Amino acid sequence: MTAPAPSPSVAALRARFGDSVVRHRVSCGDTIVWVARDRAHDILAWLRDDPGQAFDYLTDVTAVEYRDAELPLEVVYQLRSLARHADLRVKVELDKAAPLEVDSVCDLWTGANWVEREVFDMFGVTFRGHPDLRRILMWDTYAEGFPLRKDFPLRGHFSRSEQTRQALAANPESHYSPEELSLAETYHEIPDDMRERLSRGEHGEVA
Amino acid sequence: MSTRTVEFELATPGLDAAGRDIRVPLGVAGPDADELAPEHMLINIGPQHPATHGVLRLVIELDGETVKRCIPHVGYLHSGFEKLGEYRHYNQIVPLTDRTDYLSPMANNVCLALAAEKLMGITVTERCQVLRVIACEMSRIISHIVWLGTTGIDIGAFTPVLWLFHQREKIYDLQEAWTGARLTTSLTRVGGMMADIPDGWEERLRNFCRAFPKVLNEVDTMFTRNAIWCGRNQGVGVISRAAAVNGSLSGPMLRSTGVDYDVRKDRPYLGYETYDFDVPVGEFGDNYDRYLVRLEEMFQSTRILEQALDRLAGLRGAPVNVDDPRVILPPKSRAMSDMESMIHHFKQVMEGIRPPVGEAYMGIENPKGELGYYFVSDGSAKPVRWRIRPPSFLNLSALPQMCEGALLSDVIAINASVDIVMGEIDR
Repeated sequence: MTAPAPSPSVAALRARFGDSVVRHRVSCGDTIVWVARDRAHDILAWLRDDPGQAFDYLTDVTAVEYRDAELPLEVVYQLRSLARHADLRVKVELDKAAPLEVDSVCDLWTGANWVEREVFDMFGVTFRGHPDLRRILMWDTYAEGFPLRKDFPLRGHFSRSEQTRQALAANPESHYSPEELSLAETYHEIPDDMRERLSRGEHGEVA
Repeated sequence: MSTRTVEFELATPGLDAAGRDIRVPLGVAGPDADELAPEHMLINIGPQHPATHGVLRLVIELDGETVKRCIPHVGYLHSGFEKLGEYRHYNQIVPLTDRTDYLSPMANNVCLALAAEKLMGITVTERCQVLRVIACEMSRIISHIVWLGTTGIDIGAFTPVLWLFHQREKIYDLQEAWTGARLTTSLTRVGGMMADIPDGWEERLRNFCRAFPKVLNEVDTMFTRNAIWCGRNQGVGVISRAAAVNGSLSGPMLRSTGVDYDVRKDRPYLGYETYDFDVPVGEFGDNYDRYLVRLEEMFQSTRILEQALDRLAGLRGAPVNVDDPRVILPPKSRAMSDMESMIHHFKQVMEGIRPPVGEAYMGIENPKGELGYYFVSDGSAKPVRWRIRPPSFLNLSALPQMCEGALLSDVIAINASVDIVMGEIDR
């Protein structure tokens, strides 16, 4: 049985970018191209803009960490050309010993905004140049780490009792500013001490 | 107005474009988050609000009644499905998919089975394919029904939701008769289905297919040329064709802008290329076009259902599950009487299915858009990575763009027209 032929985009990429195209593979009929991290943004931009490629639609951005700790973490870009009815999966390998960083593709596809934030949230990969890189599914004060990493236990790093303690100690009001709680109009009229307590996110005493 | 007074350290500081740490005290990000113009007002909608269709929180900056900025906050329903999937066998993931997009559980089940089958190189039987097409199209109808009914309520029309939910009940009854559950269907297994349809089921679905277009026509009469409906929807929430493609929108959201991308036609699965149906495409990319696209899709789904029922009649008695001992359990009677079958049954249940090393992305046209399941396998019985490509997550990410410059009341209409389901966004 002969191996299925890879997408013609692979040959074009090799001709254009040479060694920056690390390797390729065909898995279950899908072509996967591994590219060098530092050229990834250029390569993705070329794949989007070159008329012969025209991968104008970014289906998905995600990351994969393997159970084998030696293997690098991969950022996966699933591309689609609406006009050519073709797909291509581009992968960037990130060495886990170094900071996990890759250039954001938000400037190429606005659709990358939230999915890159999700990868940041779940895997701790930093997307350089992302306009608004912060957690999206977990809350902003989440301190347990990155849930989809393999060193993250299924039930989290903290014990159930610690999670309960933190939840009870959390002060939801401190997540909102008084302005946001519709105090904005009267904010300057309330007494100083009350304003100070609000600013500390303190609860009022319930008599 | 004062600058932000309540701040807290982010445990995981976010980064802005220049690589500096950012803090998001307000939940309003951006360089000028601390500088709210004095005449501007912040409005918080949700997370507990009926018009956000789930636990979505929107922080909206208003100038008068005009939206300057809209910042969605998601994650309130995060359940860690992707993480859970890494600890389960492939067939054990099926129940998780019910709970992601819970308005179209059967279509999610089908996508999961297709992704696992792609990983293993299995082609399912013809009868199974037809049954899965029926499952997908029934899901499309009930999902669009919920969308149309609730959107009507958001805009002030209460009557159609009652007509439509009556029809939805009929599909739920059919789901219950087939799978035993109304919502958590868990219909598919890798290589086949959990069960074949019961006796007399086809006739009930045929009755539904006869009755349903009449209800749709009534809704059409009620809405399509209704002055309020047109006024609230036409030209509201417009997104351009280029922005929709660039923003990775999919499904009716993308097609309403005039892009004819439908996974059923462009990357056919389950033999969709052999069915005769049309893909409605909009022109202006506004709320009204999204309504027209979804309304027509329900008619087209009914057409597909009728064709599938005709095919099913010719496949009576044909096998549903593939003849592949790697994935399909032996019949219960054999497992209880024959030692080999019992061992096989035991091993498969206890150890799970083992796909070869590899990875597969399977995208299907879900009611909300392109749902993709991406499996990475290292040859063990549990996936290394199970990624859900959530259509409503990406569709919702375009909400700020669509809301900018709209009126506050339009935000509700626009948010409704996106057709989100938080179970899938937060996963």
